[in-house]
Amino acid sequence: MALITYREALRHALAEEIQRDENVVILGEEVAEYDGAYKVTEGLWKKFGDKRVCDTPISEAAFIGMGIGASMLGLRPVMELMFWSFATVAWDQIVNNAGFVRYMSGGLINCPIVIRGPANGGTNVGATHSHTPENMLANIPGLKVVCPATAYDAKGLLKSAIRDNDPVMFMENTLLYGEKWEVPEEEYVIPLGVADLKREGTDVSLIAHGRAALTALKAAELLAAEHDISAEVLDLRSIRPLDEEAILRTVRKTHRAVLIEENKPFCGVDAQISSLLMEKAFDDLDAPVLRISAIDAPAIYSPKVEVKQLPRPTDVVAKVLSLF
Amino acid sequence: MEQTVTAPDFASSPINQSLRPEDKLRFLREMLRIRHFEQAALKQYSAGKMGGFLHLYIGQESVAVGTVSLMGSHDHVITAYRDHGHALAVGMSMNECMAELFGKVTGCSKGKGGSMHFFAPDKNYWGGHGIVGGQTPLGLGLAYGLKYKGLKGAALCFMGDGAVNQGCFYESLNLASLWDLPVVYIIENNQYSMGTSLERSSAFRTCLAERAAGFAIDWDTCNGEDLYEVRAKAQVALDRAHGQSRPTVLEIETYRYYGHSVADAKHKIYRSEEEIERYKQDHDPIRLWKARLLTEGVLTEEKYEELDQASRTEANESVQFAEESPIPSDESITEDVYFEVDRQTTAGRTGRHFFN
Ligand SMILES: Cc1ncc(C[n+]2csc(CCOP(=O)(O)OP(=O)(O)O)c2C)c(N)n1
Ligand SMILES: [Mg+2]
Repeated sequence: MALITYREALRHALAEEIQRDENVVILGEEVAEYDGAYKVTEGLWKKFGDKRVCDTPISEAAFIGMGIGASMLGLRPVMELMFWSFATVAWDQIVNNAGFVRYMSGGLINCPIVIRGPANGGTNVGATHSHTPENMLANIPGLKVVCPATAYDAKGLLKSAIRDNDPVMFMENTLLYGEKWEVPEEEYVIPLGVADLKREGTDVSLIAHGRAALTALKAAELLAAEHDISAEVLDLRSIRPLDEEAILRTVRKTHRAVLIEENKPFCGVDAQISSLLMEKAFDDLDAPVLRISAIDAPAIYSPKVEVKQLPRPTDVVAKVLSLF
Repeated sequence: MEQTVTAPDFASSPINQSLRPEDKLRFLREMLRIRHFEQAALKQYSAGKMGGFLHLYIGQESVAVGTVSLMGSHDHVITAYRDHGHALAVGMSMNECMAELFGKVTGCSKGKGGSMHFFAPDKNYWGGHGIVGGQTPLGLGLAYGLKYKGLKGAALCFMGDGAVNQGCFYESLNLASLWDLPVVYIIENNQYSMGTSLERSSAFRTCLAERAAGFAIDWDTCNGEDLYEVRAKAQVALDRAHGQSRPTVLEIETYRYYGHSVADAKHKIYRSEEEIERYKQDHDPIRLWKARLLTEGVLTEEKYEELDQASRTEANESVQFAEESPIPSDESITEDVYFEVDRQTTAGRTGRHFFN
């Protein structure tokens, strides 16, 4: 297996799907001639040309809406948002059009679009550029939401997202683009809605998504090494559809759950999971479900302080210890 | 709409005729301060003293200095993320600006906003906005507020050539014209939006500003390298705002020497080294202003050296100030979110506001 970056994994998925299906087109700001603001699409314009990889002006409402309209006609646009933070400008298109066109047409129209880009804090770019809208978008029935944590997951999930016949909101992380993981050379896809047990354990379940899943893994190592606590780590990977079975399975095994996300706490993804555990795993729990989210404020710029605003492995360890 | 006809010799326009030698030297000093501030910032950014993005204004100084020099007490400024030049031009100190870049509590936004989000409402400076085009309705709102309060003022709303393609700008133009609002949209056309040239991003016949014609808004274009021209043309727009409460779109040709942000290492791929060099040699606003003042006998080489050195020193001192300032406390993360909570009013003490 080759060790490749998260960025390369995404790029390979894009290239493979462009070759596989002539309806796949990549659109977004700086995706073509500039090779992508974060270099995810590097080389694709050179290889596939203007028709398949195309730069847009800074007009998110128009080009995202255009992608949605084109998908209604059978294209499979993969739209890059330079940051998911800029989706706010295109909110109406995403929510009302991508989200609801199928429903409102009584199933006559579908919308096989992927909207992808980074959605993370932790890079000192201030509140306007640090949004994590997975919870907000998962709140819209009709939209799917995916948050891969590793290169392997990123590639397999992106390929599924592109082939999916519903609109998929695909959220990446600039802090992970340069990180490497093993990824097989041969083709694979990862279905949406399947969580991944990234570490087995017996004492507590750490449930997370996106980069927080990696934080959970580091915390699990610390818990094992320093506190003799065996933590299991479940990475949701996909937020909607959500793998409820996997969540219930791990909690029924360990009887304790700590939920970790980089999102803000109010109605975050983990609030949904807490509710699930309350309803369906109440009798399996030996302790209350605890959550760790970003500190509840807009992202602060100050680099030395922002690191503390997002959950760190030591924060997870402290929370877990409070259960024992 | 007719293009505004202005006398070609901008030094002799009334607003420039009335300048005293010390005013002209002050403009030079202000442009030098912006340049040295940003050069110092670049050095510190490269040394890892700041995070995030750093969008440099170097090459565009005459635009901020020229337009801001015309502001009266009821004129306001708002801009995008390339905001250091406007900040210094309205009178913010280098110290508070540099400290903000360092993420220190002594920064203008207490280390919370960073490079893209400078603010100084006490100086009629409303930011510093990171979302492209996002400030254009806010500029409209400042103008609306002025008119509502019956004040004779204008909102100068700066934006890039790429930002003109955001929908909210056109919604704002329509409102500005429909409701006679005193807003001046100043398009700082530096010919690129990130790695995309003007031609690749925008459809137009002769210029971007003429899009205003569709909204029955007066518009003009301006050569930004000449401080006299910037002042003369911006004054026409301000007079229109003050006198008739009418909007203007003024497109100012300018150029940035550095990449889109410091992280834009590839900026010599989408434009040539020669192009950048040509602007530095032949179109640099500071160089041209200096030459002009030397010719007018307002400036000497010694005086120039003195101003140059003074702003360099001021910039270096601001680095030291920023370096020595403390970082924000952990508790401050959740401060400044809600007015009512910060002040502990009854409203701020009713119900839960934070959820960690
Ligand atoms: C809505 C939105 N889309 C994209 C971006 C990313 N972005 C920041 S600046 C920029 C280019 C803007 O260029 P221009 O308006 O010409 O201003 P300049 O940088 O040249 O001053 C882009 C694409 C953003 N900040 N906001
Ligand atoms: Mg520009």
